[in-house]
Parts: sequence; C-alpha cells; structure tokens
Amino acid sequence: MDTARLEFFRGTLDVLILKAVVWGPLHGYAITNLLRRQSDDALLLEEGTLYPALWRLENKGLLDAEWGLSENNRKAKFYWLTPEGRRQLRQEVKTWEAYATAVAKVLGATQPPLPEEIG
Amino acid sequence: MTPNPLWRRYSRMLGPDPAADVRDELSFHLQARIDDLVAQGWSPESARHEAERQFGDLRAVQQFGVRIAEKMERRKRLHDYWTDCFQDVRYTFRTLRRDPGFAAISILILTLAIGANIAVFSVVNTLLLRPLPFPDSRQLVWIAPPPTGCGLSCATYSADAYEEFREQSRVYQGVTGYMAFTTPDNMRLTGRGEPEPATSFEVIGDFFQVLGVQPLMGRLFTQDESRGPHPIAVLSNAYWRRQFASDPAIVGKAVELNGTPVSIVGVLPDSFDFGAVFSPGARVDLFTPLDLNLERDWGNIVTLVGRLKPGVSVAQALDDVNRVAPNMYFNTKYPQTLGRYKGDLIPRPLKDYVTGKLRRSLIALWCAVGAILLIAGVNLSNLLLARAVARAKEFAVRGALGASRGRIVRQLLMESLVLSSGGAALGLGLALMLIAWLAHQGSVALPLLSSLRIDGQALGWTVLVAVFTATIFGLLPGLRIASGNLQEMLKDSGPGAGLGRKHERVRAVLVIFEVALACVLLVSAGLLLRSFVKVLEVDLGFQPERAASIKVDYDDSAPSQEASQAKRGEIFQQIIARVSALPGVEAAGMSDYLPLGANREWDTPVPQGRIFAPGELPDPLVYVITPGFIRALGLRMHGRDFTWADGPHSERVVLINASAARVYWPGEDAVGKILMRDKEEDHVVGVVDDVHEETVEGGTGSQIYYPAMQQGPSGAQLVIRTSLPPATLAESVLRALRELNPAQPAAEFRPIQTIVDRAVSPRRFFMLLVAAFAGLGLLLAALGIYGVISYSVTQQAQAIGIRMALGASVGHVQRQVLAGTLRLAFAGMVLGTLVALAVARLISSLLFATSSWDLPTYLGMALALLLVAAISGYIPARRASGVNPMEVLRSN
Repeated sequence: MDTARLEFFRGTLDVLILKAVVWGPLHGYAITNLLRRQSDDALLLEEGTLYPALWRLENKGLLDAEWGLSENNRKAKFYWLTPEGRRQLRQEVKTWEAYATAVAKVLGATQPPLPEEIG
Repeated sequence: MTPNPLWRRYSRMLGPDPAADVRDELSFHLQARIDDLVAQGWSPESARHEAERQFGDLRAVQQFGVRIAEKMERRKRLHDYWTDCFQDVRYTFRTLRRDPGFAAISILILTLAIGANIAVFSVVNTLLLRPLPFPDSRQLVWIAPPPTGCGLSCATYSADAYEEFREQSRVYQGVTGYMAFTTPDNMRLTGRGEPEPATSFEVIGDFFQVLGVQPLMGRLFTQDESRGPHPIAVLSNAYWRRQFASDPAIVGKAVELNGTPVSIVGVLPDSFDFGAVFSPGARVDLFTPLDLNLERDWGNIVTLVGRLKPGVSVAQALDDVNRVAPNMYFNTKYPQTLGRYKGDLIPRPLKDYVTGKLRRSLIALWCAVGAILLIAGVNLSNLLLARAVARAKEFAVRGALGASRGRIVRQLLMESLVLSSGGAALGLGLALMLIAWLAHQGSVALPLLSSLRIDGQALGWTVLVAVFTATIFGLLPGLRIASGNLQEMLKDSGPGAGLGRKHERVRAVLVIFEVALACVLLVSAGLLLRSFVKVLEVDLGFQPERAASIKVDYDDSAPSQEASQAKRGEIFQQIIARVSALPGVEAAGMSDYLPLGANREWDTPVPQGRIFAPGELPDPLVYVITPGFIRALGLRMHGRDFTWADGPHSERVVLINASAARVYWPGEDAVGKILMRDKEEDHVVGVVDDVHEETVEGGTGSQIYYPAMQQGPSGAQLVIRTSLPPATLAESVLRALRELNPAQPAAEFRPIQTIVDRAVSPRRFFMLLVAAFAGLGLLLAALGIYGVISYSVTQQAQAIGIRMALGASVGHVQRQVLAGTLRLAFAGMVLGTLVALAVARLISSLLFATSSWDLPTYLGMALALLLVAAISGYIPARRASGVNPMEVLRSN
C-alpha cells in the first residue's frame, strides 16, 4: 500500500484540510504532517498543492488565518475553521460517507442484480 | 499559537504586502521540513533538495498565492470602505437630528430646486430629447411648403397632387396625410339619446400604417378606402372609453354620425394621441377615411406626412422632391396646373415640425431651472459653511484623534449627500405632482404634454442632480475645513478667530454670486413678463371679452345651389333673430371660421379695371359670415355690414380687410369698388380692420368676407356678444338652438377669450414658469443674505455691545448692519446686471415687442432685489441693536 500513490479526487483535499483543523489552529506544515500521519502515509500529496487549497478556503471564508509563532518560535500563518467552515465540513463528511457506501455496495456485490430489478 | 505577537503589530506598518506574506508562509514550510529532515540525519544540503522536491512547483504556488491574496486584500478594503461609509451615514443622521431646523430648511430648499429640475427635465425630455411616440419615428417627415401669408390653404396639397407625389417619389416607404380643414365638434353623434358633438378627422387610408400605429381592437383603414365613400370609423382610445364605456364588443357596431349610420371598424391604442402630435391641445374623438375622389376638385386640403425608406436622409428626400415637383398637377383635369408645386414641397423631420419652435423656450427654461439649482447649492454651501465654523472644534478633535482630512471631507460630503438625497426624494414627489398637473393642462397648446411622465431617464437625471448638488455644496465647506489648521481651530474657534473671518469672506462671495444669479433670473422673467403683457395688449382686430361662440348644426340640403342658399339664409336669419332676443344678448352673427383657428382661402380676386403682375395679388383668407357677425365679434369697419337683403338673387357683395384694400386700391377708399372673380362681380360694401387670423404675435394678411346667403359656408359658428358673463348664457342659447333644430348637439359654448388664451398659452406657460423660478431664486437669495448677515451679527455681538456701551446709538448700529447688507446686494446686482445683459441678448428671440435693454425691467429688478435685501438685512439689524451691552460683555 505504501508504494501505491492514491490520487486525490477533486475536492477531496478541501474536506481533508477542513478536517485537519477541526481540533484547533494549525499552520500549513503541521497540516501536511497531520494528513500524512493520520492516513498512515497512504495519502501522498505534493506538499505544494496544499497551499492553493488553503488560500482558496480562506478566500471562501471557510477558514480564517492569522500570523502567529510556531512551536520553535518562527513566525507562521495559522489557519482555523470559521463557523461557516465547520458547517461545510459536516456537510462534506455526510456526502462523502454516502458516496463511499454506495461505491462500496457496488464493488462488494457478489452476484448480478435480478433481471426485473434492472430499470 | 500566540495571538497577535508584538512584532506583528509593526510588521506591516507601511500597509499590507500580500506577496511578502506568501513568501514568508512558504519559506516557513520549507524551513520546517528541512529542520525535520536534518533531525532525521539528512545533511543540510540534501535536506534542502529533498524538501524542495517534496514541495513541488514552488514558483507556481507562489504566483497563485499572490493573486488570491491581492484579491482578498481588495475585498477587505472595499468592506472597510463600506463600513466607514455606513458609520458616516449613521453619524450624519445623528448630527442632523441634533439640528432639525437646519436639516428641515436645507431639505426644503433642495426639494424645491430638485423638484423643479426633475419636472423641467421631464418636459424637455418629452418635447425635445425623446423621439416621437412612433416606431422608427426618425423616418417620419412632415412635408409642407415654406411659410406663407395665406394660411392653411397654402400649407396643404390637393388630392391629385397627393397621388402624383405618392406615385412618383422614390424615397418613401409610405406617404399619407389628413384633412387639414377640421374644426372642433364637426360631427354630431346621434341615435343615442341627446345629440352629442364629436370631433372627427378624415385621414388617408394608410395614415395609421405609415405612422406605425397598431389598432387596440379591430382593424385600421386600407388605402382603397380613401377612394370612394366608406361609412366606417376608427375610435380614439379616449373617446372609446368616455363615450362607449370601453365597450369590448364595439367593433362592428354602428353609430350615427350627422344622421348617417357609420360602422366602427377599430379602436386605437391609448399610446396614440393624434392631438398631442399634430394639433396641440385639441381633442380628437374619431377618424374616418378621407374620400380623395370627393375632394378632388376642392383645391388644397391635405397635409402630408411621409415615412422615409431606411437610411434615406432628409437632404436626399429634398433632392427627390425637386425631381418630382415639376411633374405634379394641382388638378390633373387642368394641364396648365402642371408644376404649380415647384418649391412648395419641403420635407423636414416630423419631430422638428412638432416641437422645433419650442426649442429655444425649452432651453431657456432648462437654464433657468439650472440657475435655481446653482442658487440652492450656493445657499446650502453657505449654511454648511456657517455650521462648519461652528463645528470647527468638533472637527479639530476628530482630527486630533486620528481622522484624516480626507475622512473629514468625506464626512461633510456624506452630510450633503444625505441632505440632497432627502431633497431629491421629496423633489421627486413634488415633480410627480407637477407633471401630473401639467399633463392635464389641456388648455395649454403645447404638443406631447399628455405623454409627460417620470421615466427611467428622469430618475437617472434625479440621481445626477442630487449627486451634483451634494458635491457643489458639500465640497467647498469640506475643503475649507480641511485646509484650515486643526491645531489653530482647537485652540480658539471662538468669535473673532482668524478662520471665522476668512470664512465670512468666502460666504460673502457666495452671497454675491447668489444675488447675481437671482438677478439674471429676475431680468429674464421680467423681460418675458413684459413681452407677455405686450402680447396681451396686441390689437387683435376683434374684442374677445364678453363674446362667446357655439357650433351650430343646420340642414340646408336642397335640390339646387340657389334653393340651398335661400334655405340657409332663412335658417340663419331665424336662428339669429331668436338668439338676439335672448336677454343679455347684444349682438349675434355667424361665420364658418373664427380667428386664431383653422382658416382657408379660395382664389385670387382681381380689382376691376386694374392690372397686376402675376404673383402680386394675394390669396385672401375667406370667411363666410352672416349679418351681425361683425358687431358680435367686435370688428371695426367702415361702409356697411351685410344685411339679410343680400340674398341669392341680389347684387353680389363682399367685405375686405384694410390690408387687402391697400393692395387692391392703394390710397383710395375701397368701398363701392368691384372685385372680379372670373366673370363674377363682387361689390365691396365695406372695409374691415385687420384681424389676427392665425397668431396673436404674427402679422396679418389679406382677408375677405362673403355673405352666407350668397356663398357656401363650411359650417357655422354662432358668435354672441353679451352684457353678462358669457358662461351664464350657455344654457339659454343651446335651448333656443334646440327649439329651432332638435338635432343641435350640446356643442361647447366657448368664450372667445378662451380662443385667445389658448393662442397665447405657450407663452403664458413659459412666462409663468420662468417667473416662478425667478421668485424662487429671489427667495433663496434673500435667505442667503439673511443667513450671512445674521451670522455676522451673532459673531460680532461682543463688538457691537462694546460700541453701544461706548455710546453708539441704536440707529447707528442698525444703519451699519443694513449698509453691510446692501453692499452685498449691490455687488451682486452689478455682477448680475452684466450677466443679465448678455443673457437677455440670448433670449431676445423669445421676446415680443420688448427690447433686451428694456429699462423698466432692469429698474424693477433692482428695486425688487434691494427691497428684499433690505428686509433680509433689517431683521438681523434689529437684533443687533437689541443687544444688551452689559449682558454681552459679562458673558465673555
């Protein structure tokens, strides 16, 4: 699994970022690390693609950002969820789960559907 | 995260820098990654390479970041701007609430000025700027000869000429026209209770099609229907609603017009108002097809309207006319009439014909109302300036607390914008009322008035005017305040401070400017008023007071022309005898046409035994009258009036006017002479003084009067002269007419004065408007003077108090204040008079018998201004002299 590189579906990165900051403000580097660790290194993303997504979310008002000091006292830009972002995350998670269930059902099928069930 | 670290407060002291932010953020990421890699044992050099590899395309990300950050920055700035504005508005409302008197006065001034501006703009827009209410109306042209002295007959064309022109012209999509010789109430609607008068216009079959008018219901006429008799009619929308209660099933029904059944084939839309375009102030009820075959031998009868093909210019149309005109007959039966219309067909844009002559008046009106706006703006500027001085401390404090000058100017502009918006909103209401009132002034003979309305353009104009006003009156005080030294203001904004005095000079200049503008308005209004009075003083040749007219219906049908003449003579004699016997009637008589209305000419009479060069003899306007008419209308004459003895079998008699007599027999008395019309000898029995037949302001031409017993009149207008107010006779006259002829419709009983009033109504309309604006300007100027003087008295209360304590008398103080006032007024007047002299020359074409140097007007203006200035200075002067020295001295 660690050699397979999972491509991100469009929009998936956004929801992952929203999820990453659900526990509190994080800077971009921390978000990269968090995503990597929580997926057991399965989700490999080119780190550069994270920032455009972050800024887009900030621009959309889903994230708020402010400069602060990192753990080792460097100035870093921290992001956290706005109420609007929190709502969006809840919505996205729901959609994602429904989607995943549907896909799983089809892929996990053991026999073809009965003829009369075909539209 | 540590919120708001100390360095952050200063890191962007010179404003936001999105590019630097993005750079910082990304380099932090790379540095963190390198640190982690080094901690894992990488060498610093390879750690850097690895970090950059993992990051990907650094430059692309950076570019994207800068773009998006700039976008966010712009949005934030906009957001801040609106927040500030909102704050300003809230603050403005709070300030204005604290000073409701000031707010009310300013909004009132603005309401009047802006309201007048919107109303006048709507009038100008409707009459001048907007195209006529027809599709592609720029293609429409009015085709008429150059102006002549022989009235409508020389401004129209014969049926044959129309057809020749239509067939031979190549530049028109369609040429059409209507019967020009239509008088009000020319029809009688019967068969539905009492006979009712109606006004019907005969139009050529494709008239509505050429104009582009679609029927609301039913159909229009066809071109074939103007050849041969067709008893059909189309109703105007207003008539359909009024007379037929908007009957949805009216099409196909028959009505009786003059006793003949006519079937209604269509109803016109509300948007088409024939009168508004072609015959201002006239009411038109229905339309019937003009029978060209019937009219072929009646000479010039139709006016022409054409629709040019797309892309054809008026100049090209003129070229085409010059090609066609020589091939046109007056009457195809007479070959010698070929080419008679050479040079007599001049196409010009229909719009130009309808409103062209009002152009100058409208522009003058627009300027007048613009001057009002300026005066109002200057006035408010003055008020705001006075307030600004009083509020100097407030601004100084705000400045000290960090408000930039721009912000303070913006605050002042916001205040003026709020005031002018209030004024604009109320002004719009005022304009709506004015417009509604104007649109229903049927008695004002101005075209298109009924289509007046406040439209999107007028709303746009309102916004423009409001913003413009706010800028002119808000910017000056704002800049004055902002340019002042805030610390100085903070130290001392009390009376006598340098700033206050400087402001006073600015305010004095503003007042002088205001007075000068008012002066120009007053002179213009004065000149127009003098012209109007001169117009009213014109000797019309008849006496409109205490005379009235009513259209009489009669039936003179008889087998032969002579029998018809005899029958008509009897009917007319009977009517006049009956009406003359009514109490209060001093004289009565009939004529087929009245002055200042429609008219016609017939032919060219030649004085017997004299030889004239071709074209030297006039085509006199013809009036067919009964005995008594001359006295009833109050014409002056010498010789004798017609008598009932001048019948079909007696000697042919005729009356001519003084102008005609001068042409026919210069230096001799025309009475007793003979005029020849072909073989017919007409004996001139009297000479009548000239009557203004077409306009009050224009000159007069030749006129000729025939007795109704010897010639065929086209209709009959009964004129009575009475010792009572004319309106009181309306009922008894109608009753008398009904007794003789039950078919007599309830035609309008019109005092002759209303005919004259209508003729001068456009001039009266413009004069009244300009006078109203001048009055408003004077009032505003007075307010301005009062404001400045009153303010300076308040400022100088202490000085006045000291002077009085040192022995200055009450009279002395009063005189001094008044002198200050009159100095301002005088300076304004001198400036204003100079400008007025130039303006008066510009409007000289609008004046009638009044020089643009008219001394009484200028003197009157000066007197009015000085009087108003004296009054507005006297009130503060009284207050100044009422100052109690002890109190003033103690208070400071």
